[in-house]
Amino acid sequence: MLLNQFLLLAAVLFCIGVYGVIARRNAVMVLMSVELILNAVNINLVAFGRLHDVVFGHVFALFVIAVAAAEVGVGLALVIMIYRNKSSVDLDQVDLMRG
Amino acid sequence: MLSTLLGQFSVIGAAAGGPVIESSGWLMENVWIIPFIPAVAFALIIMLGKKLPKGGAEIGMASILAVFVLSVLTGTQWMSARDKSVPETGNEEAAALVVDVGDAGDVVGDVDASVDPVDDAGLEGEADGVAAPEDGLLVGTGGGTGGTETAQAADAVSGGVVSTSEFETAADADGEGGGGQFLPVVRDWTWWDVGGLDIRVGTMVDGLTVMMLVTVGLVSALVHLFSLEYVKGDSRFTHYYAFLSLFTAAMLLYVVSSSLMQMLVAWELVGLCSFVLIGHWWEDKNNTDASMKAFLTNRVGDIGLLVGVTILIVTLGTSDVLEINRLALSGGASHLVLLVASVCLMAAVASKSGQFPLHTWLPDAMAGPTPVSALIHAATMVVAGVFLIGRLYPVFWEGLSIGTSSFNLMAVMGAFTTIMAGLLAFVQRDVKKVLAYSTVSQLGYMVMALGVGAWGAGMFHLFTHAFFKACLFLGAGALSHACHHSFDMKAEMGGLRKKMPLTFWTFIFGTGALAGVPPLAGFWSKDEILAGAWAGQENGYPIIFVMGCVTAFLTAAYMTRVIYLVFFGEYRGHDTPHDPPFVMAFPLMVLSGLALFAGFFNLPNTSIFEGLPSNIQERFLHYVEPTYFEAFPLVDHSGFIPWIAVLSIFLGIAGIGLTAMYYRKCIALGVTELPDGPTSRNKLAAAGYTFLENKYYLDHLYTGIIAGGTKGVIARATNWFNSNVLDGIVNGVGKTAVKGGDWTYKNIDQGVVDGAVKGSGALSSGMGQVLRHIQTGKVQQYGALLFAGVTVLAAVFIVVV
Repeated sequence: MLLNQFLLLAAVLFCIGVYGVIARRNAVMVLMSVELILNAVNINLVAFGRLHDVVFGHVFALFVIAVAAAEVGVGLALVIMIYRNKSSVDLDQVDLMRG
Repeated sequence: MLSTLLGQFSVIGAAAGGPVIESSGWLMENVWIIPFIPAVAFALIIMLGKKLPKGGAEIGMASILAVFVLSVLTGTQWMSARDKSVPETGNEEAAALVVDVGDAGDVVGDVDASVDPVDDAGLEGEADGVAAPEDGLLVGTGGGTGGTETAQAADAVSGGVVSTSEFETAADADGEGGGGQFLPVVRDWTWWDVGGLDIRVGTMVDGLTVMMLVTVGLVSALVHLFSLEYVKGDSRFTHYYAFLSLFTAAMLLYVVSSSLMQMLVAWELVGLCSFVLIGHWWEDKNNTDASMKAFLTNRVGDIGLLVGVTILIVTLGTSDVLEINRLALSGGASHLVLLVASVCLMAAVASKSGQFPLHTWLPDAMAGPTPVSALIHAATMVVAGVFLIGRLYPVFWEGLSIGTSSFNLMAVMGAFTTIMAGLLAFVQRDVKKVLAYSTVSQLGYMVMALGVGAWGAGMFHLFTHAFFKACLFLGAGALSHACHHSFDMKAEMGGLRKKMPLTFWTFIFGTGALAGVPPLAGFWSKDEILAGAWAGQENGYPIIFVMGCVTAFLTAAYMTRVIYLVFFGEYRGHDTPHDPPFVMAFPLMVLSGLALFAGFFNLPNTSIFEGLPSNIQERFLHYVEPTYFEAFPLVDHSGFIPWIAVLSIFLGIAGIGLTAMYYRKCIALGVTELPDGPTSRNKLAAAGYTFLENKYYLDHLYTGIIAGGTKGVIARATNWFNSNVLDGIVNGVGKTAVKGGDWTYKNIDQGVVDGAVKGSGALSSGMGQVLRHIQTGKVQQYGALLFAGVTVLAAVFIVVV
C-alpha cells in the first residue's frame, strides 16, 4: 500500500497548516490553517486504519471532523466578537494577554 | 439443747435472713450490720445533716442506739451459745447430743454438715487431749465427754454467699474438770487473691468481740448523748456528729475483723477520725498542732503494724486471725519470726495505746472536745492496741515467751509506762491532763497484764476502765462546762463539792474505781492483774508485780489530789457553777453506776464468796476468754490470792490517806500547794518536779533533738543538693537551651529558613522578570513556541528511541 504517499501528503498539509497558524495575520486564515492541520491528522488516521484493516481510524477521523466543526463554530464566533470590538481581525493587534 | 439451737437456725434459714434477731446466732453471723449502721449514718449526716432541725445529731443518736441494742443482743446470743456449748452431764448425754445434731441436720435439709479443715483439726486435736486449764475455767462443766461437733454452712442463711459459720462444741476427752472448746463464729469472703496469697475480709465473733462491741456501743451512745449539750451551738456541730459516727463505725469494724488486713484498714480509719476530732476546733493553732502530733506519732507505730502484719501474712500465708493464731501456737513459724513480728506489733501498740516511748501524743490529744477525749482517748480507740495484743495473743505468747519467762518486752513496757505516767499525773494543773496521764498509766496496766500472761485480767481491766474513765472524763467535761470552759484546777476550780453535788458524787465513784477502792470496779480488775503478775505463769513476774503495786499507790494518790483541788477548799473561779442539765447528767450517772458494779461481772472464784451461787463467779472470764486451745495459749490462772487483795487495798488507802493529809493542810491555809512543801525544801524534790513538769524532756527529745537534729541535717543536705545538683541541672538545661536557641535563630532560622523563603521569593520574581518578555500576548508567537517545543521533544524522542 502506498502509505508513504499518504504520510507525505499529510506532512505537507500539516506544515502548510502550521505555517498558516504562525504566519498569517488574519484570524480567519489562522482558523482555516488549523483545519488543515486537523485534516492532515485525519489522513494519517484513515491511512493507518486502512493499513491495519481496522475501522478505528475512520471512526476517530469522523470524531475529529465533528469536533473540528464545533471548533470552527466557536472560533468564528470569537473572531466576530473580536471584529466587533476592534473593527479588525488582525491578530497582531490582539495582545491583551501581554505580561 | 443443741438441737434446739440448730432448730432455731433452720427457722431462720427458712425465713432467709428475716429479722428474727432474738434467736441465737443470726446476729453473730451478720455482725457486719453493727459497723455498717454508723457508717451509713456518717454518710447521711455529712450529706443531709445541715438541713435537719438538730443538725444531724438525731441520725447519730438513732444509729448509735441501734448499734448499742444490736451489740447487747449479739452479746446475749454469744452468752447463750456459750452456755449451751458446755455439756452439763456425762458421756451419755454427749453421745445423745451427737445424734441430735445429726437429726437436726437432716431436718434442716440444706444445712450442710460438711467439716472444713479447721473443724477437722479441732476434733482430732481434741481427741488427743488438749490439757485443760487447771482450775475452774468453765464453771458448771461436768466430767469429760466425747467430742461433739456441729458445723454448718451458712448457705441456709445467706443464700449462696461464700461463707462458713460454725458452732463447734467439744468437751475434753480427758475430763479433768472440763474444758469445752467453742470456736468463734467466723464468716468471711476473699477480698483479693494475689500470688496464691488469699487475703480475706469478714467478721469474727467471740467473747472478746462482743465485750468490745458492748463497751464501745455503750460508751459511744453515752458520749453522743453528752455531746448534744456539750457542743451545742458549735459551728461545726454536724461535722462533729458525722465523725463521731465514722469513728464508731471504724472501731466496731476493727473489733469484728476476722482478717489482719481488715484490722489494719480499720486501725488507720480510727487514727484518721482521732486526727479530725482532736483538731475539731482548728481555729486554734494548739489544737491543730495536737492533732498533727497525734497523727504523726501514730504513723510511727503504724509502720510497725504494717511491717508486723506483712511478716505474719507472708510467713504464715494467711490473713485470717484464727489461722494465724493457730499456726503461731503449733510452730507454723519460727520463734525468730514471731519475735520480730511481735516486736513490730508492739510498736503499733505503743503508739495507739500510748505506751512509752510513744505516749506523748495522748495528753496533747486532750485539745479535742471533752466527749471526744472520753470516747476516743480514754475508753475505746486507745484500747485498740491492747485489743490487738488480745486478738493476736498467741503470736505474742510465743514470740515474747510470755508463758515461760519472767521478764519480757511487753510486761516491761507496760510496767514502765504505768509508773512513768502515774508520776506525771502529779504535776498537772489541767484536770483533763491528769486524766490523760492516768489513761496512759492504766493502758500500761493492761499491757502489763497481757505481758505477764494475765489475759483475762487485762481484758477485764480494759472493760472496767472504759466505764470509770469515761465517767471521769465526762465529769471533767461537766466541770469545764460549769467553769467557763477551763480545765485549770488551781485557777478556776475548788470547792465545787457543794455547788455541783451530782458531778461530785459521780466523780467520786469514778475516782474510787480508778484508785482501786473495794468493791468498785477497778479494785477487782487491778487485783486480778497483780495476782496474775505474782503467780500467773510458770515463774511469775516479781519485778513487774512490784511496779504494779507502786502504780496502785500512785493512782490513788494523784486522784485524791484531783478531788481535793477540784471539789474541796474555796471556789477560786469567778462564776456560779452548777450541775449540768439532764442530758449531760444521765451519762454520768450510768457510767458511775457501772464504775460501781462492773467489777461484779468477774467476782473471783474463791472461798470468801462461797455463799454465792457458783455461776455468778468469773462470769467475764467464762464468756470472754477463748476456749479453742489450738488458737489460744493455755494461760495459767492465778486465781484469787488474799494477801495481794489486802495489799492492794492497803496501798490504795495509803495513797488516798497521805495525799488527803497533805491537802488538808493546804486547805487550812487556803492555798493549792503548801508554801513549804517538799519541792521548796529539798533540792532533789525540786529537780524531780522540774523533770516531771517537762514530761521527762521527751517532747524536747522528740521535737528538739530527734526531729530538730534530723530536720536540720536533712534540710541542709537537701538544700545543698537542691542548690548544687538540681539547680545545676536546671540552670545547665536552661543555659544550653538559650544557647541552642540563639544558634538556631542565627543559623537555622535566619540563614536556612529565611534564606529559603527569601530565596524562593527572589527566584520567582527574577524568573518573572525574565519570562515576562516572552509573554507578548501574541497567540501566534505562543503557537510558534509550542510547535518549536514539540519539534524539539520529537527530535529528542527520535534520537533517544
